[in-house]
This record gives sequence, structure tokens and C-alpha cells, in this order.
Amino acid sequence: MNRDPLKWHERLRVSLWTLIVPPAVWAGHFLFSYLWASISCAKVGSFARFPTLFVAGTVVALAIILVSGWIAWKQQRMTGDPPPHESGTQIDRLRFIAKSTLLLAGLSFVAVLFSALPVAFLSDCR
Amino acid sequence: MHLTSVLVIGATVIALLVLAVYVIAVRTPEGKLDHVGGMRLVLWLGAIFPTVVLTALLLWALPAMRPLPHQSGDLRIQVQGEQFWWRLRYEDGNGPGVISANEVRVPVGRTVVFDVTATDVVHSFWIPGLGGKMDMIPGRINRLVVKADKPGIFRGVCAEFCGLSHALMAFDVIAMEPSAFDAWLASARGVPARADGRGAELFSANGCGACHTVKGTPHTAMIGPDLTRLGERRSLAAGTLPPTLESTAAFIRNASRFKPGARMPAYSAMPIEDATEIARWLRSADGEAGR
Repeated sequence: MNRDPLKWHERLRVSLWTLIVPPAVWAGHFLFSYLWASISCAKVGSFARFPTLFVAGTVVALAIILVSGWIAWKQQRMTGDPPPHESGTQIDRLRFIAKSTLLLAGLSFVAVLFSALPVAFLSDCR
Repeated sequence: MHLTSVLVIGATVIALLVLAVYVIAVRTPEGKLDHVGGMRLVLWLGAIFPTVVLTALLLWALPAMRPLPHQSGDLRIQVQGEQFWWRLRYEDGNGPGVISANEVRVPVGRTVVFDVTATDVVHSFWIPGLGGKMDMIPGRINRLVVKADKPGIFRGVCAEFCGLSHALMAFDVIAMEPSAFDAWLASARGVPARADGRGAELFSANGCGACHTVKGTPHTAMIGPDLTRLGERRSLAAGTLPPTLESTAAFIRNASRFKPGARMPAYSAMPIEDATEIARWLRSADGEAGR
């Protein structure tokens, strides 16, 4: 088969480590949200003390998840045999992990949004 | 729209949808849906639809969780959780605070600030009909702001396990018209008329005054609940017993039979007639003696 040269994101190695990038970012953002709120409340005494910091942290988290999801989206569309992708071949392994990463990225994206949303509505430390 | 209606209607619609999908799935001949079509179905019905619904519910519910604003002139009620009752102090800025126990009264339409704390273990102050629960932590004052929008009686409970009688630690919240509330608070600030008699003597003789306050008498101890207006409360022993003469007398003779772990000692040797006399005297202040 005559293939185009691989693009950069197709040359990236896919592994269980890349699989857990989106949920790890979600966990990190979750921790960040709690630290941000509790440190503002305990040390400064008011709630939305550094909203810019929080917005920036959320945007960074969403961006990492988006990039990770985009790479996974591209990788799981690489040419291979027809579904289901469950054989022990290199391409099936790639497509399986990429598809899982994509789904996790979707979940993590929504989860980060959900844990960031209350900040827009709550107004004090009670 | 009311939260319950939205949730019930929503759950019904989703249940019907699931049933419809089930029927379609059973009736469709095998092989009609290819891999891509199936995946698309899972994506839309399994991921996108629930995400949209949950996001909408979150956006709709979050503003309701916003803490109510309050001002310095608002009525403040200090509540202290004790094993296993509630110590109350009303402060409206128009005179000395009013001490009470086990039954909260609030004016309808006015903001009420509860400053809650505890003296022994962690309790939690929860009036499901009025607001979220708030932990009562020894050495710390947490604030809960509520506003009753209609008159009525709400049940409040302790929502953090606090010992043997945790489940028997409740209270009533009476939301009253503001004018009635003001009248009640003014009268609670005064000393109620109370018939003197054998009950008063027995109360002193048995040492009840070592723990309890009854306004207008020499008894001013603060260990147990203030009993000045016991007769007007809708329940006895923090939502545990009916407000009757019999249950009051029975409680006096053996409190921990009704509230395991209660600090009040048993007075098993006290004749039931004496306990009834004390109960009658305590309950006489609201003019409904012997209720």
C-alpha cells in the first residue's frame, strides 16, 4: 500500500501513559480548584480573590485535554483493518488505545467544565 | 418550576425514552444497524444527550445554591449543638438576647442568620425545608442564612452522627407572620406568669435548678436546656416525645430511657405524683397547664 509519510501526531507513541493524560489533567484541575478556593478563603478571607488564576488554570486544563483528544482522534482514524479492532496487531493496539483516550478526553473535558462552573455562581466562602 | 416536579417529569420522560429504545431494539431485525450506525447511536444517546441534560440541570440548579445575602440588622439566632439538644439565643438588636431551646421560631419573609457551633462533639444543623445543612463544630462558628417564604412548621434534625441519641436530636422550626413573631419575641424577653406551688418546691428540692434555668425563679443554671417556656413547645426532649404532662413526668424520672446517653440523671426514686407536679408547674407558664 502506498502511504503518505506519517504526520507528527501519527508518529507519537501511544501507550497507557498517553491514555491517562486527560483524566490526570481532570484530577489535577480538581485538586487545583479546591486548593484555589480554600487558600483564598483561609488566607485572604474572600472567595473570588484570584479569578484570573482560576480561569487560566481551567483554560490550560481544557487545552491539554483538547490537544490530547485531537491527537487521539487523528490516531484512531489511521488506516487499518475493518472493525472490531481487537487483534493483537500494532495498528489495532494503536486504534484501541487512541479511541479510549478520545473517550476519556471527552469525559474529562465535561468534568473539568462541571467542576469549574460553580465558581461562576457561588460568591463567598460559606 | 419546583425542583421536585422537574425531577419527576424528567425521570418519567427518560424512563419512557429508554423503554421506547428497548422496544425498537427488540423489534429491529438483526444486522440492520452496522458498526458505524451503532457507534453513532451510542455517541448521541449515551454521551451527548446525558451531557446536555446534566449541563442544563447544573446550570439551572447552581444559582439556587448561592448563599443568601444578609445585613447587620438581620435577626441572628445562635444555635449550639449539645448531646442531644439545641441551645438557642435570639438576637434582634432590640434588647437582651432571648435564650431558648429545642424549638426555633423565625419570621416569614425576613432574613435570618443562624450562627451555629457546638460544645461537645460535631453536630450538624439541618432544616431540609429551609436550607442546606451546616456543620456545628466546637470552637468554630459557621453561618447559615435562611429566609422562610411561607408560614408553616418545618422539621429540623441533627445531620452528623453525634452519639447514642443522635437520631433523637430533632427540632421544629415554626415560621410565623412577622408581627406574630415580634410579639412572641417580646413576650419571651419577659418573665412568664407561673403559679407557685408544690411543683416549684419539688423542682428546687430535687436539685433540678443545678442544671436548668426557669426565668423568674432563682434557678439560672445553663447546663441543661432552658425550661422557661417548655409549655409552648410542640415536643419534649428535642423532638422525641409528645408535649404532654405524662411524657414530661416520665422523662423527668428516667431521661435516658427515652434518650440513651442523655446527661440528665435518673430520678427513679421520685414518686410519679411528684414528677407530675413538677411537669405541671413547668408546663403551666403558657396557660395550658396539664396539656
